[in-house]
Amino acid sequence: MRAMPAELRQMKQAEAEALFRRIGITFAVYGEGGDPDRLIPFDMFPRVFTGAEWARLERGIKQRARALNAFLVDVYGRGEIVRAGRIPARLVYLNEAYEKAVVGFVPPRGVYSHIVGIDLVRTGPDQFYVLEDNCRTPSGVSYMLENREIMMRMFPAIFRENRIQPVERYPELLRRTLASVAPAKCDSAPTVAILTPGHYNSAYYEHSFLADLMGVELVEGQDLFVEGEFCYMRTTEGPKKLDVIYRRIDDAFLDPLCFRPDSALGVPGLMDVYRSGGITIASAPGAGVADDKAIYTYVPEMVRFYLGEEPILENVPTWQCAKDDDLKYVLENLGELVVKEVHGSGGYGMLVGPKSTKDQIEAFRAKIEEDPSNYIAQPTLALSTCPTFVEQGIAPRHVDLRPYCLVGERIELVPGGLTRVALKEGSLVVNSSQGGGVKDTWVLAE
Amino acid sequence: MLSRTADNLYWIARYMERAETMARLLQVGERISLLPNSGGEGFRNEWDSLLHASGTAEGFARKYGDPVQRNIESYFFFDHDNPSSIASCIERARENARIVRTALTVQMWDALNTAFQELRQLERTPRSEIDITRLAEWTTAKAAMVKGTIETTHLRNDGWDFLNLGYLIERADNTARLMDVKYYVLLPQIEYVGSGFDNYQWATLLRALSVHRAFYWAYGGEVTAKKIADFLILNPRCPRSLITCAGGIVGHLDRLAEDYNRPTQAQAHARRMTEGLAAHTPDMIFDEGLHEFLTRFVGDTAQLAGMVHETYLSGDMR
Repeated sequence: MRAMPAELRQMKQAEAEALFRRIGITFAVYGEGGDPDRLIPFDMFPRVFTGAEWARLERGIKQRARALNAFLVDVYGRGEIVRAGRIPARLVYLNEAYEKAVVGFVPPRGVYSHIVGIDLVRTGPDQFYVLEDNCRTPSGVSYMLENREIMMRMFPAIFRENRIQPVERYPELLRRTLASVAPAKCDSAPTVAILTPGHYNSAYYEHSFLADLMGVELVEGQDLFVEGEFCYMRTTEGPKKLDVIYRRIDDAFLDPLCFRPDSALGVPGLMDVYRSGGITIASAPGAGVADDKAIYTYVPEMVRFYLGEEPILENVPTWQCAKDDDLKYVLENLGELVVKEVHGSGGYGMLVGPKSTKDQIEAFRAKIEEDPSNYIAQPTLALSTCPTFVEQGIAPRHVDLRPYCLVGERIELVPGGLTRVALKEGSLVVNSSQGGGVKDTWVLAE
Repeated sequence: MLSRTADNLYWIARYMERAETMARLLQVGERISLLPNSGGEGFRNEWDSLLHASGTAEGFARKYGDPVQRNIESYFFFDHDNPSSIASCIERARENARIVRTALTVQMWDALNTAFQELRQLERTPRSEIDITRLAEWTTAKAAMVKGTIETTHLRNDGWDFLNLGYLIERADNTARLMDVKYYVLLPQIEYVGSGFDNYQWATLLRALSVHRAFYWAYGGEVTAKKIADFLILNPRCPRSLITCAGGIVGHLDRLAEDYNRPTQAQAHARRMTEGLAAHTPDMIFDEGLHEFLTRFVGDTAQLAGMVHETYLSGDMR
């Protein structure tokens, strides 16, 4: 690609954009209030892993996914890890994401988080750090699939000459994973559906894309109703029983009777059906307590506690502003640190010390002092870069990686994931809502 | 199929058909504005009648007051305050399509999405640079494109039936309303019927429905009210006649009932409508009064649409 003349490169880039526009992959950006059909920038330069590099990552990711699920079953059950003093009770039981409505309930196969998205960065040849875990409804997998589709269309020769492992099994694996966690009361082939907040949601494209590739219905709350022990879809042929919901809405909007009486979204009575084993909800309500940024620090501890193994993937060293010593250190070193809100996501409400002005730092200091327990801090990592097409030609840009680990009867990981790239020179923020782009991720067969 | 999906498909078709009707109305208005003002008040009445025909007279009067050609054109094509404007219809058809993208073929989505993207272009173009004939032709071409992709690429499943039901119900309603307006709004006084003026108006109606040439093929000779009523109401060869629409609706409802193994009220109702039309002659219609007859038909169609909604689209069927 380096040898490709600039005009051809621009032509290819335009071709890629036209393809995206036509198939309609768009990502609405919150807060911009603008075009819901905005395109996410796609970079043609792939990010490549060797088979050996991937094998180690895969072991680490699966290990982490198992530990996170074990933790969830535990904290909604006996809470052994808290009793053993390995995680402070306050962080778990007073956590906003801790769902009292499901205490004592064990979901089918003991899985709370069926799709675990683990955000990774690389800082050296063998050094990967986990930035955060996403146990609820990690998005972006449609880009993994579409990026590959587009690359194969545009550069077929490269795929013929290199042994790049395919990712296209993902939708089928996801469907099988969901079917494998059907509830006890389901006595025939389970009916699976994806629950979306609706077509105004920024990830609606992804919801409908997945439903299509999995061959399942894409439903909204209004399409469902509860009667007796089960939940049904409204169809042109009358009610159809639903067994597994892959929900892409927050806990709070699942069931107005259980969570938010003011919500127009959701299905009244759904939680009763869920708790009596009439339906499986993936991810399970309450799964969010495991991917909270304050809990994150303790994930390596979970691996040791539940699995009796040493963690393969490391955490980024993290300071909890809730702890006095940590807070002191953070406030003294704001200029070198990345500070995040505990519950924030999407790259909002964070401070990147080295990239901020004095005024910005001071403004953030005030916010931290006001509510220290709402913040954590991490060192600025020397993130790996990947060649990227930019206006001036090819230049290094920072990247991260989100693989999608599926947890059901088995634990599965397709070789690949979503590589996000910070398109601005020197920028570390890769979120699509902050102008980041995406790349195809290649894992070579050995 | 989810009831909501069926509902989206049904409305894609209804909106596209409605956009096409609006475009035809615009073409008629444009054509008449080019002719000498033969009918005295006729010219003004013509634009007025377009507003009545499309059921948007009230909304227009509230916003613009007197029917001025340029305002009417904007109101019919671009105005988002007008729920029946071509822009509104195409946008809503495309929005419905976006929601059920995966229930459409790639070609259908392409046709709908392209229409929408081009519409956005048109909306950005200064009005002085586009003439109304071009807009109307663009609309009918896009509508034909969407219909063509449905006809040639869509699986003949229940979704196809809901799409076609949308087209046929909307078309039945539109044809009846257009006829009624021509007759009732333009010719309140019975002495006009059969006069040269009358025939001229009727010919315009044929143009509005794009069946002008077809009428001559089928009947030839002089244009009379009776011939036209026969053609647009009772002739099963006319693609837009009421009986063609009603018969098509029966066919699709029968297919659905068979697919789902469940007969419906809507089926029986549509069959009664078709049989009723088949038993009529033009004389019987004029004896009853064309306006009365059409009012009854529009009511029957609305009732049928209600039944289709209740049975299949609302999701309340148990």
